[in-house]
Amino acid sequence: MAEKTQALVEAGQIERLIEVLHRRGYEVVGPTVRDAAIVYDRLEKLADLPVGWTDEQEAGSYRLKRREDGALFGYVVGPQSWKKYLHPADVRLFSAQRQGETFRILSNPDPPPPGRYALLCVRACELAAIAVQDRVLLHDRYRDPIYQGRREGIFIVAVNCTQPAATCFCTSMGTGPRAHAGFDLALTELVGPDHHRILIEVGSEVGAEVLAELEHFEASDDVEREAEQAVGRARSQIQRRMDTTGIRDLLYSNFDHPRWDDVAQRCLACANCTMVCPTCFCTTVEEVSDVTGDHAERWRRWDSCFTQSFSYIHGGSVRSSAKSRYRQWMTHKLASWIDQFGSSGCVGCGRCITWCPVGIDITEEVGAIRGATASAGENDHGNT
Amino acid sequence: MATLPTDPMVPDPYRVGQVWKETSDTFTLALEPAHSAACSGFSPGQFSMLYVFGVGELPISISGDPEEPGRLIYTVRSVGQATHALVSRKPGEMVGVRGPFGGCWPLAEARGKDVVLVAGGLGLAPLRPVIYQVLRHREDYGRLIVLYGGRSPRDLLYRKELAAWARQPDTQVLPTVDYGGLSWRGHVGVVTTLFRYVRLQPARTVAMLCGPEIMMRFVTRELESCGLQEPDIYLSMERNMKCAVGFCGHCQYGPYFICKDGPVFPYSKVRSLLEKHEI
Amino acid sequence: METLERIVAEHPFFAGLEEQYLQLLAGCASNVRFEGGKYILREGEEASQFFLIRHGKVALEIAAPHRGRLIVETLGEGDILGWSWLIPPYHWRLDARAVDLTRAIALDGKCLRTKCEQNHDLGYELLKRFAHIMERRLETTRFQLLDVYAAHK
Repeated sequence: MAEKTQALVEAGQIERLIEVLHRRGYEVVGPTVRDAAIVYDRLEKLADLPVGWTDEQEAGSYRLKRREDGALFGYVVGPQSWKKYLHPADVRLFSAQRQGETFRILSNPDPPPPGRYALLCVRACELAAIAVQDRVLLHDRYRDPIYQGRREGIFIVAVNCTQPAATCFCTSMGTGPRAHAGFDLALTELVGPDHHRILIEVGSEVGAEVLAELEHFEASDDVEREAEQAVGRARSQIQRRMDTTGIRDLLYSNFDHPRWDDVAQRCLACANCTMVCPTCFCTTVEEVSDVTGDHAERWRRWDSCFTQSFSYIHGGSVRSSAKSRYRQWMTHKLASWIDQFGSSGCVGCGRCITWCPVGIDITEEVGAIRGATASAGENDHGNT
Repeated sequence: MATLPTDPMVPDPYRVGQVWKETSDTFTLALEPAHSAACSGFSPGQFSMLYVFGVGELPISISGDPEEPGRLIYTVRSVGQATHALVSRKPGEMVGVRGPFGGCWPLAEARGKDVVLVAGGLGLAPLRPVIYQVLRHREDYGRLIVLYGGRSPRDLLYRKELAAWARQPDTQVLPTVDYGGLSWRGHVGVVTTLFRYVRLQPARTVAMLCGPEIMMRFVTRELESCGLQEPDIYLSMERNMKCAVGFCGHCQYGPYFICKDGPVFPYSKVRSLLEKHEI
Repeated sequence: METLERIVAEHPFFAGLEEQYLQLLAGCASNVRFEGGKYILREGEEASQFFLIRHGKVALEIAAPHRGRLIVETLGEGDILGWSWLIPPYHWRLDARAVDLTRAIALDGKCLRTKCEQNHDLGYELLKRFAHIMERRLETTRFQLLDVYAAHK
């Protein structure tokens, strides 16, 4: 494998990076603090990043805390994922105008964003999630033109994690903590008592062009080693595990496992997990007309398999119980996805664990179905 | 099969040419392209997404003759707001059409064999294109046996055609109803009771089933006791659909997307799913 | 022309019966025919025969006071009509009407009943076969009850 070009920059160069990307016509989006969480939004300058913030996550719990240093990327993932931009939650497919007895289809879908996106701070698990959605929306029997229009020509700045959250399990899913491919630039932030620098790895020609516009230095072997160790620390600090051995057949053959009843007693079918999951792609299509009834639009919106009406046909829902809907989601994510798209649908980001209001932990559920004892960090549900 | 428009989510405009009333709540519509565009072709078993302005979209099986170009035929039962709006369209009004979607009935696999069609209720509509194909290419197939169960004599579809098909050589058409009145001189009893009146040769038979899922489960049991093997039995499955192109996720049935992996499935693929509750 | 014994022996319903029982059955058998519209048996009447339908169609009916006559099932060639001759109190539960001209073999159920009481092996063989028919009818009746073609809103 050809050696990737690496260079070293001062942390402050991120301000320059954002400028450069703006000048090249990108809309820069990335993490920022809002409403006590780290969400994705437009970034104008470096100070918009969660500088000096970190997140503490556990099943059903998310808190922001101030760091002791001024790290720019000292957190992992929040409640939003990049599907917010690539597979947006509300999109107009077309509109139609009534004309007497007939109607005319105006075919004016939601226009794509004015510029292309530059995604700043994409974690390795998120790169994997984008690749998973690419497979679903671009490389299957049909191609989604909305996703394609937003996906093509984006600029990705990946960030290698130097610390995990307690809910992370990317190592079990083979998706992190280091980004290997699918980025234009990959950053590893190195914060020390006397330095604050970022090692940049180039992943594409465009990435190289952008790097060339930053003030950068050669990365010494020491720096590369420091970066390796930083990412290695993240790897070793990951607590949660999911054993994915034979998981497809495990879930297919345990349709009637008593654990599903156990989960059903806890799951609220609130659909949080599907909203925060970076690979969930289900949508619905709704007809919206105006008061006169002369103008109608068809809108595509995010949907969730946890809703009562998701599986509705002929006067009833096929999956009417919460049990069947949780089972559907988990089996699809971890098992059916493999048959459908050739890989797991889960990238180990841990969002579903963090954002479940009752703290259901997908890694623990898999363990329970396997019949193994749960890993450290399990919640006690008080079940006898 | 026609090529799809660039955006699979935008319909083509079609005009209602004719409407026939089949039963008290079921109508057949013939749609023609609104502008001079060529009419979409289809294979038996495929379906379209039909768009009614201001109301919404529905997946409806194409029910006409695939070798009769120029129009698309759909038989629709009015059971809710959207279907009611669709069957209320008058000739000249417009309906949006997307598609055709889905795989087709195994007409290729059935060549040289007896074709047994078992339909229940509205399920005869997606099978009618198969009957047209077999009758058009009679020498390519063995016997044609159509077993058709409906609720009552008034609910049977295509009654004139049923009689005409029964008169074809090497063709058996057996309708039956769950509830019969005195004026009905045909069979009364569920569709599985018709099997004792046909002599199947399991090794050279392909069976295609369409109807309510419960009905198809009873029928597969019957076919197996007649000696048919799983790969020779095909079912048309149905689930909720919003997009028909594999993106909305609603039509998933186990690992399959009914819109692109189905709606026609060999029994061998869905046997274990049919046995599961709430899947 | 086929003898009654051959017809009885070849009918799948009686397959596997010992020769002596087949002869016994043939001895209780006779050819019958019913014109279209004629009632073969009536609800409440004593059940003393059962029939092997050779040709035609028979409608099983129930009369309801305000709904007229309802056909619950039709039987045709090869079907067995009637099992109430074997189960106390030996009364027909439904009407059976020939829809079209129907030809059948009638078997003397009353005589067979007595023979079954005397010979439990024969009784068991016949009861096994009728149990199978009843099981099938129960299954199809349950399917019918599900009313699968109704519009479920």
